[in-house]
Amino acid sequence: MSTDQILQLIDFTYIAAAIGFILSLKWLSSPVTAMRGVLIGEVASALAVLATLFDARVTEHKWIIIALLIGAGIGVPLGMVKMTAVPQRTALSHAFGALSAALVGISEYYVGAPNISKFEMGEIGLEVVIGSLTVTGSLIAAGKLQELKWIPQRPITYKGQNYVSLSVLAAAVLLIVELVFHPEKTFLFPIMVGVALVFGVMLVTPIGGADMPTVISLLNSYAGFSASLLGFVLQSKLLVVAGALDGASGFILSVIMCKAMNRSFTNVLFGAFGQVQAAAAGAKEERVVKSASPEDAASILSAANRVVIVPGYGMAVAQAQHKVRELCDALIKKGIDVKFGIHPVAGRMPGHMNVLLAEADIPYDRLLEMDAINGDLPQTDVALVIGANDVTNPAARTDQGSPIYGMPIIDVDKARTVMVIKRSMAAGFAGIDNPLYYLDHTLMLFGDAKKFVSEIVQHLAGSQS
Amino acid sequence: MPADFISSLFVFILAAFLGLELIKRVSPLLHTPLMSLTNALDAIVVVAAIIIAGERKTNMAETLGLVAVAASFSNMVGGFIITDRMLSMFKTGKAKKP
Repeated sequence: MSTDQILQLIDFTYIAAAIGFILSLKWLSSPVTAMRGVLIGEVASALAVLATLFDARVTEHKWIIIALLIGAGIGVPLGMVKMTAVPQRTALSHAFGALSAALVGISEYYVGAPNISKFEMGEIGLEVVIGSLTVTGSLIAAGKLQELKWIPQRPITYKGQNYVSLSVLAAAVLLIVELVFHPEKTFLFPIMVGVALVFGVMLVTPIGGADMPTVISLLNSYAGFSASLLGFVLQSKLLVVAGALDGASGFILSVIMCKAMNRSFTNVLFGAFGQVQAAAAGAKEERVVKSASPEDAASILSAANRVVIVPGYGMAVAQAQHKVRELCDALIKKGIDVKFGIHPVAGRMPGHMNVLLAEADIPYDRLLEMDAINGDLPQTDVALVIGANDVTNPAARTDQGSPIYGMPIIDVDKARTVMVIKRSMAAGFAGIDNPLYYLDHTLMLFGDAKKFVSEIVQHLAGSQS
Repeated sequence: MPADFISSLFVFILAAFLGLELIKRVSPLLHTPLMSLTNALDAIVVVAAIIIAGERKTNMAETLGLVAVAASFSNMVGGFIITDRMLSMFKTGKAKKP
């Protein structure tokens, strides 16, 4: 085959790969076809990589093969992490993806510089800036999720933070503009990269805890769009398509997360700049809560016909999902209808709770999203809240003064009895008091989620014999 | 404006709209696997990294290209493995026999 024919063949492989990517996402729509989706994604990616190795521009293969092997060596352990570690793994992979895109952009710049057209410079500048800020932003996010000691978990905010952050971003943009009009000032390029890296850190440090699902989706979107921009620079339509799909996915997830937290759309695009200091509502008179023992809880549950379990991040922290499965099994054995109500922002990344519960072998047809479960709650005997707080706070529906007013919640308060497993009466992440706990039909179950659930299971088993 | 920019923009717009439509249909059950899968697909940047590293135009380009090859390929491998592992855990009640 002539070189031209090989190039054509490679191009056709890329088109086939793009089709594979699209089908892959299409089949991910349902758990039934999802596995097929992964398979076609794998085949498409493998074909594209293989075809590229035959590209005539690739003159040296040895080091590339070694780099691929090193990549596989890093990738395999990162693919084998525990399910609870998936959020930080995902953040880390956003960093790797963006790093790769940024490095290719940087190489492309130095190969051409300073003889680079204005247009190309603009593209490269934008691509490298978005890529670089995503690298540091994702690393900080991964560190926060991994709960590294030297990375502050709580959001760090200071006065005028938005102005400082935005000026840093503006500086990066000005540097791109300067490079476009004065391409001979090549020394500005590394400064631009540095400023973008700093901005990435500033973007994510003010955000923490409950906002992590939004941040991680946002970084996903940035990583995708930087790959797409790289496709513009290199005139690779395959990268444009893959990046656009990834970017769109992160974007939609960010929007879903934002809606689930009642945040505005501008917050989505620029990150939730210092949004989180919801002041704890003042006037805190001592109100009475009713608490109950595992034994009481077990007898109330056995008397129920319908139970809805609402898990939150606290369940993941306590590693209680396997015990929850046992509880679920024990109740089903008694002929009780058990469903799970999953809030979109429960957990630390989109869909996190579903993965943890699926890992514990809870069939996915019992996992219902917020809108699906809310209609059932008025006919529910017991709503059991495990490690969730703000997403069940009825103040979001009723109290216009509440910082979370308007946020869609799971209406557990509409169930006949509400039971809440909680360590103590400390306020949730947002520091907002939860009136749910003082309702007449609410029972507080104080203790560690895992231990409490397993005690309930024991009492359920005991009452049977 | 270069002609290939226009054609790239064309492709981008179409792919972005297609992506929005496809991803809207993904069940919220699968949002975590969705993110790891799109991550693995996005790792196709590796093909650009292979070209940059293979062209060997400058030492710097080759070195950065090789690092990019390793970084993106690790995403490709790891992303597919973990997506596969997560999806294999999703079972229906009917199929399950404890």
